[in-house]
Amino acid sequence: MKLLTDTALNAAEVKGATYADIRIINSQSQSLAIKNGQVEDITAGKSSGFGVRVILNGSWGFASSNKLDENEIERVATLACDIATASSKLKIKDIELSTAPKIEADYISPVITDPFRISIEDKIAHLQKAESLIRKNKAIKVSTAHMGFYKTNKTFASTQGSYINQEIIESGAGIDAIAVRDGMVQNRSYPNSHSGNFATRGYEFIESLELEANAQRIAEEAEALLTADVCPTMDTDIILSGNQLALQIHESLGHPAELDRVLGMETSYAGTSFLTLDKLGKYRYGSDKVNIYADATIPGALGSFGYDDEGVPAQSFDLVKEGILVDYLTSRETAPVIGKDSNGTMRADGWQNLPLVRMTNISLKPGDYSLEELIADTKEGVLLDTNKSWSIDDKRLNFQFATEIGWLIKNGKKVKMLRDCNYHGITPVFWNNLDAICGQEEWIVWGVPNCGKGEPSQIAHVGHGASPARFMNVKVGVKP
Amino acid sequence: MSEKLLSAKLEEALSYSKADQTEVMAFNYQSNLTRFAGNTIHQNMSETNNQLLVKAIVDKKIGVYSANSMDSKTIKEAVEKAYQIAASSVAKEDFVSLPEPNSIQKVERFFQNTADFLPEERAEEVAKLISKAKRNNLQAAGAYQTGWVTLGVANSLGLLSVQSQTEGSVNTVITSYTSSGFASARNVDVSKIDIEDIAGIAINKALSSQNPIEVEAGHYDVILEPQAVAEMIGILAYCGLGSQETQEGRSFMSTNIGKQIADRSVSLLDDALNPKMTGFSFDFEGVAKQKVCFIDKGMAKNVVYDTFSANKEGKKSTGHALPPASKHGPMPLNLILKPGQKTYDDLIRETKKAVLVTRFHYTNIEDPVQTIFTGMTRDGTFLIENGKITKSLKNMRFTQSILGALSNTIGITNKQQLVEGMGGSYLCPAIAVKNFNFSSLTKF
Repeated sequence: MKLLTDTALNAAEVKGATYADIRIINSQSQSLAIKNGQVEDITAGKSSGFGVRVILNGSWGFASSNKLDENEIERVATLACDIATASSKLKIKDIELSTAPKIEADYISPVITDPFRISIEDKIAHLQKAESLIRKNKAIKVSTAHMGFYKTNKTFASTQGSYINQEIIESGAGIDAIAVRDGMVQNRSYPNSHSGNFATRGYEFIESLELEANAQRIAEEAEALLTADVCPTMDTDIILSGNQLALQIHESLGHPAELDRVLGMETSYAGTSFLTLDKLGKYRYGSDKVNIYADATIPGALGSFGYDDEGVPAQSFDLVKEGILVDYLTSRETAPVIGKDSNGTMRADGWQNLPLVRMTNISLKPGDYSLEELIADTKEGVLLDTNKSWSIDDKRLNFQFATEIGWLIKNGKKVKMLRDCNYHGITPVFWNNLDAICGQEEWIVWGVPNCGKGEPSQIAHVGHGASPARFMNVKVGVKP
Repeated sequence: MSEKLLSAKLEEALSYSKADQTEVMAFNYQSNLTRFAGNTIHQNMSETNNQLLVKAIVDKKIGVYSANSMDSKTIKEAVEKAYQIAASSVAKEDFVSLPEPNSIQKVERFFQNTADFLPEERAEEVAKLISKAKRNNLQAAGAYQTGWVTLGVANSLGLLSVQSQTEGSVNTVITSYTSSGFASARNVDVSKIDIEDIAGIAINKALSSQNPIEVEAGHYDVILEPQAVAEMIGILAYCGLGSQETQEGRSFMSTNIGKQIADRSVSLLDDALNPKMTGFSFDFEGVAKQKVCFIDKGMAKNVVYDTFSANKEGKKSTGHALPPASKHGPMPLNLILKPGQKTYDDLIRETKKAVLVTRFHYTNIEDPVQTIFTGMTRDGTFLIENGKITKSLKNMRFTQSILGALSNTIGITNKQQLVEGMGGSYLCPAIAVKNFNFSSLTKF
């Protein structure tokens, strides 16, 4: 492997690159799904290739290929230099990278049971048990149970002398129940919607999810939603479940805290950020109960790793402290703008893409309520659980999220189930209205395996630690 | 990789298989993309890759394996792995068969100039756009993409479909301190993209949308430009124009076939063979894409099928399968909203009061059966009063039924634009819609 990385770095330097790095990646994946009693999908695969990133004439160039041999590596490194030369024709100033230590290291995800060593038969049996329990409910038209696994072996080498090997294993699963009656469709998911829950852990994570134990409940809830009352339109207090709060953090703090967005690098696609540079260190993002931090070192969390795709060590740091914006997610290129070194958040989707500033595990620190206490402490409000739909503007201010299920709370008690729930808010107003957070017992790192960003589109796997929390005076039940 | 060589790789894969039925899908591509922001190129890349997917069927048990190399060793391994996965699986009783061989209409969508377009040429095109932005004291951001792909699908029943195509596209958002303007273009022949024209449209929007004002949330008539229309009908396609959602009762089409669901001026179809389109003339099972009409003069007509869902109803696939690992079911990728009679200027001139929307942002479905979606306006939102664009507006959030909007359509332009759609390209006109629900305003 060292011969291959040296080939790339030497070729780039010979062409005049002042900096170069290469990532060589071999990855495996496997997905399984049972739907309505039948095996819907079993797909496995592998992908391998490399990407070379260079700075030449003060500008970036990047090229990649699936063909892993010395000649191709030399061709691609040369192409990356040609691309950098083209980039430099429109250069305003030279790229300058923050300092980073030279690192020679290995990292492996903390996995007990390699999921790729579990047989397909055992995985199918596991899914079938959960799915069949959902299907027992006759109101359920579509029942699914699914799993996914990834193993990524990545070698990073740079002209600054770093050489890092990492093996990251990810596992996840979930179940879904869709009830249909008289043209109405209602769905419930567990442990989370869209893809379930994921972690950088092994098959032991799948077993810990207790899919079977929750199958009947979500089927019953999906059926009950068919006859539940529609969420009324009102301004009220809301309690967000941990998995919905995870998405709220993702969209309204995670993305706007990406410094490349703040600097306008994503303007044409996903947009910019309202967290402009003048706000750093003084902007009241939320109430003094809001403490949000990035931590790529949480063992087993989906956004954890040893080193980012610039070879910078995984780190833990505050983004919002007692409600004040105190930092951004940065890279070696962007960090100098705020006078800092990179905090290690550059990651690429595979070997074929450029690394971008990405969330790691962006989490809201827990408070001290239990969910029971929080509900009991709420005179009137709505408990909103599990995301159904999400939308936020290109500055990350105006959002509207829908949830699968809601519960009307009156005088400290859940009094009835609500369907077709959504809520709308303006980010800083919303977070300044946070007044209570549940404690560590209910704090879970939710793995989000589908975070999109960039052109060409890249998908990142990130995490969000959250426990249920209450926000005052929020508009719910927005109708067409 | 030539079509001939890719065909040989597909045949080689089939020759290794001992499954009851085998399908092999492969593509070889190069994608080049120059991104710019703040009037400079900040990301610039080239990717060369292969993808090979083998689907093996053994006693109705199905296994899929993918790899990204096409040497003989990898091909053989992929075929064997797909077989092993199938053998370990459980029968999918609803499976009938892979598709039979069919005739594919050749479309010429490969242009050597586009395949060979160099990084320097992309930089030169971007430089023209940036230069124009700078002359107006504006900032340019966007992406200029070129590339080629050869896609092939073969199966053990004798089906073999192969096609190469190129594509160039550019999108830009031009910004001032208080405004932004969007424009885009795409074509299979990059020489047909007029960067000066794109720059001009986006710059005009950025300049004319400066210092926007707030208007109250509420119901307004709107004129939706082609990109906004594409985002709206893309959501419609995703949540209900495929047979899977319809068969499961989750689509607005499930109970509406034969009923009037939109204004009589609205006709929506999928037609990959339209000469203005980009994309392949066959789907990811190798089946020829049929022209499918979803809404004809406002009446719900058809949905699209792949082989699996078609067999459930004793029908033929319409050629709209997604790749083997997709769980979504068939989906149209080449939507066309038929043009109307009016010019764009007519639509504006005939409007007493309306909101003009350049494009939407971050749209998402809240209720697939009621077709309720939400999202934001972006990069050029204006107020039209008494037949003229009079003011620039701050962006607004909408919460709106799509079928409601199509039922309230009161004007459609006679010109369409090829724009980015969900997973493909769409041909869309601008449309005028009455009573569109903006559910919240913004003060920024």
